[in-house]
Amino acid sequence: MNLSNRRYILSGIIVLFGLIFVARLFYLQVASDNWKAKAAVLTEEKIRIYPSRGLIYDRESELLVANRAIYDLMVTPRQTSEFDSLAFCELVGISMNELREKIDKAVRYSRYKASVLKKQIDPSDYARISEQLHKYPGFFGQVRTVRNYQKGIGAHLLGDFAETNPKDLKKDNYYRQGDYIGKSGIESVYEEQLRGIKGSKYVLVDVRNNIQESLSEGDYDTTAVSGSDLTITIDAELQAYAEKLMVNKLGSVVAIEPSTGEILALVSSPGYNPNLLVGAQRGKNYKVLSTDSLKPLYNRALQGQYRPGSIFKMVQSLIALEHDFITPQTRISCNRGIIGCHGAHSYDDLEGAIIHSCNPYFHQVMKRMVEQGEETSRFKDSRLGLASWNKHIKRFGFGTDLRTDLPGMKSGNVPDPSYYDGIYGELAWAYSTIYSISIGEGELLVNPLQMANLAAIIANRGYYYPPHVIRSIGNEGKPEAFRTPISCGVKEEHFTPVVNAMQKVIEQPGGTARRARIEGIEVCGKTGTVQNDPLPDHSVFMSFAPKENPQIAISVYVESSGFGGTWAAPISALLIEKYLTDSISDPRKEQRILDAVFLGP
Amino acid sequence: MTAQRSGDIRKNLDWSTFAITLALVACGWVSIYSAAYTPEHTAIFDFKSEHGKQLIWIGICAIIGLVLLNTEGEFFIRFSVISYVVVLVLLILVLIIGKKVGGARSWFGIGSFSIQPSEFAKTTTALMLAWFIAQTGSKFKALGTRLQAGLILLIPAGFIMLQPDAGTVLVFAGFIFAMYREGLSGNLLIAGFGAIILTIVAILSGASVFTYPFAGEQSGIYMMLIVLTILAGLFFLGVRTFTLPRYRKKNNRIVLLALVGALGFSYMVNYGIEDILKPHQRERIYVLFGMNSNPDAAYNINNAKAAIGAGGWTGKGFMNGPMTRYKFVPEQHTDFIFSSIGEEWGFLGSTLVIGLFLALILRIIALAERQRSQFSRVYGYAVASIIFMHILINIGMVLGIAPVIGIPLPFFSYGGSSLMGFAILIFIMLRLDAERYSVFR
Ligand SMILES: [Zn+2]
Repeated sequence: MNLSNRRYILSGIIVLFGLIFVARLFYLQVASDNWKAKAAVLTEEKIRIYPSRGLIYDRESELLVANRAIYDLMVTPRQTSEFDSLAFCELVGISMNELREKIDKAVRYSRYKASVLKKQIDPSDYARISEQLHKYPGFFGQVRTVRNYQKGIGAHLLGDFAETNPKDLKKDNYYRQGDYIGKSGIESVYEEQLRGIKGSKYVLVDVRNNIQESLSEGDYDTTAVSGSDLTITIDAELQAYAEKLMVNKLGSVVAIEPSTGEILALVSSPGYNPNLLVGAQRGKNYKVLSTDSLKPLYNRALQGQYRPGSIFKMVQSLIALEHDFITPQTRISCNRGIIGCHGAHSYDDLEGAIIHSCNPYFHQVMKRMVEQGEETSRFKDSRLGLASWNKHIKRFGFGTDLRTDLPGMKSGNVPDPSYYDGIYGELAWAYSTIYSISIGEGELLVNPLQMANLAAIIANRGYYYPPHVIRSIGNEGKPEAFRTPISCGVKEEHFTPVVNAMQKVIEQPGGTARRARIEGIEVCGKTGTVQNDPLPDHSVFMSFAPKENPQIAISVYVESSGFGGTWAAPISALLIEKYLTDSISDPRKEQRILDAVFLGP
Repeated sequence: MTAQRSGDIRKNLDWSTFAITLALVACGWVSIYSAAYTPEHTAIFDFKSEHGKQLIWIGICAIIGLVLLNTEGEFFIRFSVISYVVVLVLLILVLIIGKKVGGARSWFGIGSFSIQPSEFAKTTTALMLAWFIAQTGSKFKALGTRLQAGLILLIPAGFIMLQPDAGTVLVFAGFIFAMYREGLSGNLLIAGFGAIILTIVAILSGASVFTYPFAGEQSGIYMMLIVLTILAGLFFLGVRTFTLPRYRKKNNRIVLLALVGALGFSYMVNYGIEDILKPHQRERIYVLFGMNSNPDAAYNINNAKAAIGAGGWTGKGFMNGPMTRYKFVPEQHTDFIFSSIGEEWGFLGSTLVIGLFLALILRIIALAERQRSQFSRVYGYAVASIIFMHILINIGMVLGIAPVIGIPLPFFSYGGSSLMGFAILIFIMLRLDAERYSVFR
């Protein structure tokens, strides 16, 4: 073979490798998107622009909830260099161990992306830290919006606004790790309206993850849309006053404007200042609150479930009148054989029975409703009777969620036939088994909101609006659902004897709720005493005022304080007076309440 | 030197080689401008910047080129042995008094100026080899002569290995091409090359970990053995398809023998390094291949491939590639400069650069073939081999199909020594070619 032919072999090898390179280039640059995507991951970054969260105003346009800035100290491991860790720990206020642990954790997460080193640094502390931060490359502050409660009231009602947990992140991809979300109360129900719409900005970063320029001159960027401000139905002054009166007591206050269903005040006691759960001290404070034996985080106004007691006699009266089981003139003798009674009376009409809270009277009334004689079997008859009774009761909102906008409510219990079947077995019970519900005892459970709503129904003489806290979302007004009245199924005329009796309870000498009297205001109310063996009874009072054209309906629970008229009634009176006249005529009455302490055993 | 002669030079100069070289240098400078860009130094003649310094080097190379083009070819022949010896001395000296950069002792530092003798060793060895083969003439067939020629390569390669600088040693292996052209057996070419490549791949793959289907993470050496077997299988099929039946048996035997040899050799290299050597000795071998001094090799390659991939068909445009602009690829103005070409000029630009390199190498081979003197021819092939080995290793590395071995991309990578080394190689070739009619009759 001629050696000069070897040039072709050599040239062939060279061209072959050239072609391999071109093929490889074609794969990397044209055929595969994989490497383009990798380059984009490295060089492009989406920066989320957080909208400002909607503010919350009370019904008088008083600012209740504002925003304030708080800082998270972040670290990007790749950008750090040697630094005086002792001085750094002192500056930031963490221990050396903590620093090492956090930086290790950050490195494990990503060398190029930022991790939180210390959360929730208050602006005043952050100002001090940021002055020194230039000495520590790789560390920077990230601003976060948290809530600032202007009046420090309504913690349960307004709800918690806190960092998202993994469950939140999974449920809604709006959120990113470290974002905040409304966890409870109004913050949670109106989260979507309050949060607004995030904006985004696409930028190019350098190898150290420093932002260099916007991508494609910002063509892909979107602006953030602020959240809507909320106006809520709460009267901040009344709320604050109710919270003040309930200090050192266990219980709740719910006040509703009957003509609209707007919740004027909603208090659960013991409460706490919502500002305690904001900022650097949140973790510590949350621990204290959540381990307190009096359960300050628990919202008694919505989640407390109590037997309604004597107050339930109002509902029994109304249903019995509507369905012609009695008339206002019906008299029933106070036969204390089956069921006890108290006070001197023997043969009351309806009004008298309400005023005296006559147990045998209502035992008999309910017997008429449950045992209608439709069936010969007493068991079958009671089943039928209880089923229709249950339907009537539920129209008053008991055993339902009232279609309120407040979350986390417990609906209570209004027994129906299958409920008793579950306890006693089918056809193994009759009215004689279950009669204690006739006077609001037994298996009946209602919550304080439902009780206040009952006051609103009676104040309106027959209907209610779903009790709600939203007055307006932005400028849109309130949702239609809250502007539609719901009838309780009892005609207006039947309310007259009941309302009159409720007024007499307060006005008449010897009435059970004399302490609820207010000079110049016609208050209607009814005491309740919920047995709480072996502890003292819960004191309950349900009322509205004034009698004509009522402005406020209210329920007050004071746990383990005894008879309803002694504590719950005067608290109601103070709140009614405050709301209607904006003043307190008898400071001694107020002082008596403020001095009282009922914190359980 | 007479006026007559210098006139001849201009007339006889191979302008196409010159033009291709110039085009590569220009592209290289533009790439350095972009890859080493800092907002503080944007002026072209800012000599504090990399692109400014490279401009100075280009100027120096132009002067060197002018001098070389006006030097008699006879001088290079006479100069061969002396320069070879001088550079050998420098290669020894650099091991003693050189400064250590990135784990290798390969630079002389004279003030702020540093120079890498191994860059010049390529040129002097090329000259020496050409001189030796030309001198032996037709006697190159003798085994003794061939061994002597091998020794000419092995002595500088050995010293460079001690620096250590595996890339340059591999470039020396390229001289086998030149010797093959002069009559070295093709089998020896294959076997020699094969052994070198197998050794490198065995070391690199043995030190890496692959995830295998079914078997999970295991040493990369098995992957290498699998690939070898597949290649042999393909060869076997090729033999069956393209050879006459009567040769088949013989060819099959060769393929089988080669496979068994390659598998055994690779496995022995791997076994020797992983199991016989002591850890500190093994460490030294890893350092030789730049594996220890550069633990971020995978990161570099990954980012280099991302930068190239991001280029797409036509690239992001000059100074417009974020990977390059924001320094995602380490050493992107030196060894990894091809990644910024890929990102900013895309498939078309990168292919053009590869095309220019191929054109240069093929043109130099064409020049070599038209020489009447064996010295010039051998030298020409040596130049072509050196450039070819450089782009093979460098672009192969950046594209992720060759191991990470630090070696500059000719005319592109930032740095004076490299540029000067290639300029000298090319200009000597051009001078020799220009006097092909008048000398060495
Ligand atoms: Zn009685």
